[in-house]
Amino acid sequence: MGNGDDARQLSTHALDLTQLGQLARSMRRLTSLAPLTPFKLAILGSATVDFLIEPLVASGARYGLALEVFGSPFGQVMQQALDPHSDVMRFDANAVLLYLDYRFFKPPQEIGNPSSLQAAVDEAIEQTNSLRQSLRQSGATVIVTTMPPPPLPLFGHLDARVAGTGRAFAESYNTALIRSLSHTSDILLDAAALAATVGLATWHDAPQWLVAKIPFSMDCVPLFADHVSRIVASMMGKARKCLVLDLDNTLWGGVIGDDGLEGIEIGNGSATGEAHLELQRAALALRQRGIVLAVSSKNNDDVARKPFREHPDMLLREEHIAVFQANWQDKATNLVAIAKSLNIGVDALVFLDDNPAERALVRQALPQVAVCELPKDPALYPEVLMQAGYFEALAFSEEDRLRAGQYQSNGARAALEQAAADLSTYLHSLQMVIAFSPFDVIGQARIAQLINKSNQFNLTTRRYSETDIESIRNDPALFTLQARLTDRFGDNGMISVVICRPEGQHWSIDTWLMSCRVLKRHVELAVLDQIMAAASEKEVREVRGRYLPTEKNDLVRNHYEELGFTQICAHEDGTTEWRMNVAGYQAHDLPMVIKTSLRKAP
Amino acid sequence: MSEAIYLQLNQIFRDVLDNDDINLTADTTAADVQGWDSLAHINLMLAVERHFKVRFATTEIGSLSNVAELVSLLEAQI
Repeated sequence: MGNGDDARQLSTHALDLTQLGQLARSMRRLTSLAPLTPFKLAILGSATVDFLIEPLVASGARYGLALEVFGSPFGQVMQQALDPHSDVMRFDANAVLLYLDYRFFKPPQEIGNPSSLQAAVDEAIEQTNSLRQSLRQSGATVIVTTMPPPPLPLFGHLDARVAGTGRAFAESYNTALIRSLSHTSDILLDAAALAATVGLATWHDAPQWLVAKIPFSMDCVPLFADHVSRIVASMMGKARKCLVLDLDNTLWGGVIGDDGLEGIEIGNGSATGEAHLELQRAALALRQRGIVLAVSSKNNDDVARKPFREHPDMLLREEHIAVFQANWQDKATNLVAIAKSLNIGVDALVFLDDNPAERALVRQALPQVAVCELPKDPALYPEVLMQAGYFEALAFSEEDRLRAGQYQSNGARAALEQAAADLSTYLHSLQMVIAFSPFDVIGQARIAQLINKSNQFNLTTRRYSETDIESIRNDPALFTLQARLTDRFGDNGMISVVICRPEGQHWSIDTWLMSCRVLKRHVELAVLDQIMAAASEKEVREVRGRYLPTEKNDLVRNHYEELGFTQICAHEDGTTEWRMNVAGYQAHDLPMVIKTSLRKAP
Repeated sequence: MSEAIYLQLNQIFRDVLDNDDINLTADTTAADVQGWDSLAHINLMLAVERHFKVRFATTEIGSLSNVAELVSLLEAQI
């Protein structure tokens, strides 16, 4: 990995001003920032801009940029822009950011006089335009900024209606500035919208202005620097093109494989359902502006497609999804397949998934993918996605409007290649600790719940009441096992339940179920090790398993085969029976810490 | 209490100025520390404000002459 990749990975964390400064200075000490894209950015401001330089350098890395930043000295905006031999002109910038504060312009001379307001706006725009024109001659692209309104009201609510107030001036200036853009190649950074998003009371900071002539609060600098970087990234063609969506607990509430079509929460009627619907609405709006949608879900394909086809409250339908990956492979492999089938780079993908372990895997295996750090509450998903600036654009064209349709392929499936991720490193990085114990009083209620609820990873789908569980627990002839798993993201709770019954010389696995959250983490191997060790201790010769097919447990059809069992027979209804010798069984080398509390001797 | 403040201040100064050799004393002034210029001063004051959850008045930020004065400002507020 190059130095630039390291810098980029560091920059994807939420960094405060001090940390941005540290990262920027570390980057400056490196001789090469490859593979980051070099870009020279000048900032020309009516106030102090030095404080933006380091945050910009560090934020640029987040977007794959190695920014070299020049800041104009305080109070020199006119001289720097108009003198062809000035520092900024000689800097040979790719782009110049022009930040003119409201304090820079002459305010309207009279309050309540529309022609006075018009005169002030005309003069201000003329001033701005002459700076833009001169800067363009340096060969740089000019980035202009709208004017955040000043923080103080004069009348109060009436300010919006009276010509010549600070609010009215800013509004008129911004309208005129935006109108003037259409005939130029200048780019807009909508600072007024940014200030409105954080709130003017947060944006402005009087002491910082007075002490150092800093035009907006330093608290907003990390955000501002990120927004500037987004625009530069977009100029360099680095904006993302495709949104990859997880399904369970992301596009809808609940797990389709366990809860079924009636059980998932989507749409009107519940706050959770409406929250997920809002995310679908946001995704659909992105599609309408040309962002391609894809799905990556750990599910059986037909189960995953069912809500898209049959649920009346779903906004998203199969025809909106360009590539639909529902399988049990790791998500990194699926993301590579999605990018390949769309013929775009992996660095054009944004990945949205509620599960922190999936996000960690993708961050580690594919650092070029933008991974949205979602909060717990689905109500906040749309905001986090849409404010992140992954899909910043400089223009909206007819081509964008048509793009979504070009990819319309009714949720095609992409072919998977070999695993893209180094899974073993990833599994170790999860710092898993699995704790096994026989059924006990404390776990009883949860065991009963899992036994009666689990559908997908459930070999026999046998249901037992809590009273049944209690007698199973107290039957010394039976082998019972419950497993809890923690990892660096927290406690996953109870994730597996096993019951074995002795039958003559062998044990028969009556029940084996697992939570789908922990699939592909070698947990099933750890469980098998426990069963075989216990069987060996009891001098059992052979362990037998049975797969009873249901509508929902296709996932584990090959479970025993994959674990190395030998098939005994297959029945017409799809039931299969399996065996494994206890003698000679080799325990696995597992990427987790195993804690076992043994059953007390009866 | 002031010893704890010095300890925390020292770490903030080291982080903001990227210099692990900094050892603040009561008499330390901006002239004694490499890189403690006017921009760094603003960054330092912001980091100190954020860390101790205080806000300094405009006149206070401009009038500090050494670290002891900063510490007594902090002691008055926390």
